[in-house]
Amino acid sequence: MMNVFQSHPMRSLLYIPGNHPSMLQNCTIYGADAVIFDLEDSISISEKDAARKLVKHALRNFDFGEISIIVRVNGRDTPFFEQDIEEIVPASPAAIRLPKVDSAADVVAADELISRLEEINGLPKGKIGIQAMLETARAIVNVNSIAASSKRLVGLTLGGQDLAADLGIRATKEGNELLYAKSAVIIAAKAYGLQAFDTVFTDVNDLEGLRSQTELGFALGFSGKAAIHPSQVSVINSVYTPDTKELAKAIKIVIAAREAEQRGLGVIAVDGRMVDAPVVSQALRTIELARLAGMEVAEI
Amino acid sequence: MNYHCVRNSLGRLVPSEIPGLGTTTPFSGAFARLDGSFLWTASPISRRIPAISTNKVASNLQAAIERSGLQNGMTISFHHHLRNGDAIVGLVLSELEKMGFRDLTLAPSSLGDSHDCVADAIKKGVVTRLNTSGVRGEVGKAISNGLLESPAIIRSHGGRARAIEEGSLKIDVAFLGAPACDRLGNMTGVIGNTACGALGYAMVDARYARHVIAITDNLVDYPLSPKISIPQYLVDQVVVVDSIGDPAKIATGATRITKDPLQLYIAELAFKVIKASGYLKNDCSFQTGGGGPSLAVARYMRDYMKANSIKGSYCIGGITGYMADMLKDGLFKTLFDVQSFDAAVTDSILHNPNHMEVDSSWYANPFNKGCLVNDLDVVVLAALDVDVDFNVDVLTGHDGILRGASGGHSDTAAGAKLSLITIPSMRNGVPSIRERVQTVVTPGETVDVIVTERGISVNPKREDLMARLKDSGIPIKDIHKLKEDIESITGIPDEVPFEDEIVGVVEYRDGTIIDSIRKIK
Repeated sequence: MMNVFQSHPMRSLLYIPGNHPSMLQNCTIYGADAVIFDLEDSISISEKDAARKLVKHALRNFDFGEISIIVRVNGRDTPFFEQDIEEIVPASPAAIRLPKVDSAADVVAADELISRLEEINGLPKGKIGIQAMLETARAIVNVNSIAASSKRLVGLTLGGQDLAADLGIRATKEGNELLYAKSAVIIAAKAYGLQAFDTVFTDVNDLEGLRSQTELGFALGFSGKAAIHPSQVSVINSVYTPDTKELAKAIKIVIAAREAEQRGLGVIAVDGRMVDAPVVSQALRTIELARLAGMEVAEI
Repeated sequence: MNYHCVRNSLGRLVPSEIPGLGTTTPFSGAFARLDGSFLWTASPISRRIPAISTNKVASNLQAAIERSGLQNGMTISFHHHLRNGDAIVGLVLSELEKMGFRDLTLAPSSLGDSHDCVADAIKKGVVTRLNTSGVRGEVGKAISNGLLESPAIIRSHGGRARAIEEGSLKIDVAFLGAPACDRLGNMTGVIGNTACGALGYAMVDARYARHVIAITDNLVDYPLSPKISIPQYLVDQVVVVDSIGDPAKIATGATRITKDPLQLYIAELAFKVIKASGYLKNDCSFQTGGGGPSLAVARYMRDYMKANSIKGSYCIGGITGYMADMLKDGLFKTLFDVQSFDAAVTDSILHNPNHMEVDSSWYANPFNKGCLVNDLDVVVLAALDVDVDFNVDVLTGHDGILRGASGGHSDTAAGAKLSLITIPSMRNGVPSIRERVQTVVTPGETVDVIVTERGISVNPKREDLMARLKDSGIPIKDIHKLKEDIESITGIPDEVPFEDEIVGVVEYRDGTIIDSIRKIK
C-alpha cells in the first residue's frame, strides 16, 4: 500500500513542550520546517491536562503560517492516548506523532480513532497524517508492516533513547549503535513513500556533535531530523542545504535531462558523467532542498 | 507642580524652567549643538585649599561629613560601580538622616536594585531633588508618584559628565566607594574583596566635586599599587567602614551568555545585520552591553572574527569578562572601560595594558574635544519600548512606572555608525513597538535598526544600510508592518493614564530637554 498524503519536506522538526505558552507562541520564528507540540515525555503527569488544553487552543488561535504543526500525543499504552487524540484532532494539526508504535495495530487503532473524529467534526477525510515513532526492538522487527499499515501514515521515526534502553545499550553521540535500526526505518519508509526522520541529539550544548550526527543521518537517507532546542534548528537545516556548486550541477543535470527527453534521448552525459533517471531524481532533491533553504533557484 | 511648557522638535511638551536647573532649552535635534558653532562655557569651581596633610583618614563618617562643610540644600554624589551590591548610598543617607540633614539634592551616576533606601530618604525629606541616570524599584515608584519636590533629572552618562564639567550639576560633596584606598586617598576599583573594576564615573566626580570623601573597606599601605584610578590630589578625606558592598552582588554574572532561545535568536539576527552592514571588518570598533541578547551578539561576532581572521580596533563602554577574553584572544586591540559589568574584568584591567580605564567624559561627553563614542562603528543596545519613529524608551515600564536607566544609550546611538536595538517583540503579552513611546530617551534619528524575533526594521533615513541589507536574507519589515504583525498576536494595549503633573525630565546628552516624565494616575 502506498501512502497517498504528500506532506511538504521537513528538514527540521522542533519539539516544543505543550505546557509552555510563550514557546508555543514563538515556535515559528526559529526556522524549523515543522514544529512538534509535545504532550508526551516533556510533560509531567500533573501537567498533562493543562498541556493538552494549551496545545488545542494554540492550534485554534495562532497563525503558524507555512510551518507544519505536529502534535506528539501520549502512547496507546497510556491513559492519556484517547483523550489526547479526541481533543487535538478537532483542532486540525498537520499530523499526529504517535509514540511507542510496536506494530501495525497501533497505527491502525490511531487511524480509526482519527477517522471517526474527522467525521464527527466535519473535517476533510484523511487530512491529518500520522508519524509513527519506533522505539523498541519489536517495532524494528515489524517496521515493514508498520510502514504498510495505513494510508494516513506520512512518516516513520526512531525514538533513539528508548530504543537504546530496550536494546540494553548506551546511546552514544555518534549513534553508530543504531545504524541497523536507522537503515531499517529509512528503507521501509522509502519503500512505502514515507518520510523518515532521525532521532534527536540530546546534548544541546554540543552543536558540532549534532552536526556530525545529522550529516550521518543525511548520508543514510533521513529526510529530516527532530530538534529539542531552537539552537539545533539552523545546524540541522544547514546540513540539508546544498552548496552552490552542488546546486549548479543539479540544475545542469535537470536541464540536460529535460532537453534529452524532448529530443527523445535516453541516457545522456553531463560533464563526462552518465546521467540516468536516479541521477536526475537526486538532482531534483538537491533543488528542492535548495529552495527550502531559501537559495535562489530559477524556474527550470 | 505645573510648569510652563514648550514643544520640542519631537513634539514633546517640556518645561522651560526647572528648579535646580534654571531655564532650559528644548531638544531640537540630536546634532543641533554639534555642528561646530555652539559655544560652551565650563564653569570654574571654587575650592578651599586644604592644609597639608599626610593622613586623610577621618575618625568616622560623621566626622568626615562635618568636616566637608555639607549643609542642607547642597548636592551630594555617588558612583554606581558597585552595582547591586552597593552599600555606600544607604550608609551615607542613614548617617545624614541621623545628623539631621534635609533638602539635599542626590546626584549619583545611577541607582540600582540596592537603592530602595533613597525612596525612604525622599519620604523623610532628607533628599528632595534627584539627578540620576537610572532608577529601579521603590525610587522609580517615588518619582512616578510625585514624591519629589521638583522634577527628577535623568541624564545619560555622557550628559552627566557634560553637566558636571559645565557646572549645571555642581557637586558639593562626592562620597566615592573605593574597593582599595590608601591614607592619602589614592584609590582603585580593581583590588580588594569588593573589587568592581573601572571607576570611570567616579573619576569625573572626583575631579569636579567641591569636596571628595573616599569610603573604603580596604585601607592599604601607602602608596596604593600597582594601580591608581583616582589620585590622591583629588581626594579630601578617607573614611574606613566595615563593608562598602556585597561582593556577590557586585559580580553580576553578566558574563554568562543567555540560554534563552528567543534572546539567542534575536542576537543571531542582530549579528547577521552587523555582518551584512559591512562594518564588521578589520579595525572595527564595537560596544555591547551585558546580559540579554547584547552579550550573545558578541558570541556570534567572536566566532565570525576568529573564523575570518578579523582584528577589531577597540571596544568601549560597560565591559564584561567576555569582552576581556576577546581582547586576550587578540580579536580587539584595546578595551576602553568606563564601568565593568562583572568583577571578572578586574584582573584584565590590572594585568593587560591594552585594557584601559577611562572616565565618563572621555567615554561620551559630547562637548569635549572628542569622546570615544564618536568613533564607534557598531553599538548593540537594549530597550523597553520603541516607536514607529524609532524613538527609544529605556525608562518607563508597561505600568508607567520608571524602572530603567538612560545609561550610555543616547550617547552611543548618536556616536555609532550603526546603532541596533535588540528587543523582544512583546513582554508578558504587551507589544514592544508602540505608536509613540511614553518617554523618549534616545531620539529615532540616531537609531538605525530595530531587531526583534519577528523581523527587523531599518530606519528609512538609512537608505544606504537598507541597500546593503536588501539581499541578505534577513527578514526586513517596514516598522508599521512589524508593529501590526506583533499586534495581531497581542492586540493593542490601553494607554497607561498619567496626570499632567511633571515629575521628571529627560535631559538629552547636549543639555536640552528631550522629554517630560508625568505623574502616574
